[in-house]
Amino acid sequence: MNKQNIVVLIGGILFGFGLAYSGMTKQEIVLSFLQLKDLGLILVLGGAAAVTFLAVNIVPRYLKTPLLGGAFKPRRRILSRNLIVGAIIFGIGWGLSGQCPGSAVASLGTGNLYVLVGLAAMFIGAYLRGVLEK
Amino acid sequence: MFPLGIEPYLIGGILAGVGVSLIYIATGFHATQSSFFTATLSWISKRKHFQKERNIKERKRRLVLAIGLVIGALAHTLILSPTGFWMTSVQIWRLALGGLLVGFGTRLSQGCTSGHGISGLASLSTTSLYAVIVFMGVAIVTANIVQLIGVLP
Repeated sequence: MNKQNIVVLIGGILFGFGLAYSGMTKQEIVLSFLQLKDLGLILVLGGAAAVTFLAVNIVPRYLKTPLLGGAFKPRRRILSRNLIVGAIIFGIGWGLSGQCPGSAVASLGTGNLYVLVGLAAMFIGAYLRGVLEK
Repeated sequence: MFPLGIEPYLIGGILAGVGVSLIYIATGFHATQSSFFTATLSWISKRKHFQKERNIKERKRRLVLAIGLVIGALAHTLILSPTGFWMTSVQIWRLALGGLLVGFGTRLSQGCTSGHGISGLASLSTTSLYAVIVFMGVAIVTANIVQLIGVLP
């Protein structure tokens, strides 16, 4: 494994640990947010985005390039009809199951083997997206 | 508003953010999740959609990231979790149908809770802000409808 991937692994471990610590690996807790019974998910998302905001916007002022090479580039997407339709479809799936991609992957580490069904379905969904692309 | 307290949410969110930030500062790579599916499919599908240069270039890194997520959650479960291993009681059909929509929708939308939610918002992308408002709003409506018609759990 190269240096970059070692850092990706360590960062991924922190990410997964944080998701489990916050309870986001439990579909029930995510659903209780979506049912507006427990607003904790906003704190998780806000906390993670706030820290990442510093990394994306402040660190590059003092550091020309990433420590292991490459370039700093904020994540930008172009607004399109597909992007919004996709967000609607994602929202229905999220609201139905309490699963999103990252939390579902991490949920495996908590022993939640049922989520393998959800993950397999996500792969099929991602595949269908590829099939339907003109 | 916070029956379980705010501490696990804040600390967990910050830890996740530190993980994403570490990866960005070291490599410039946005550690987002839904691209994992598309990139991984490039190993098995010859379709042009999956064989894009970016998918081939990133697929190993995205797999490593996913493995890291599982290890991190496993470590939490073994070290800190008061209840140990855990299985959801949400019905399988909901996981399956929901997962299908999540997989399709996030790829059509080019981002998910981490892509638009964490990295997109952190990058001050208005497109991602719109996406987050839409998918969160739709998910809140969906979850309440499902609850209202008595699907439990």
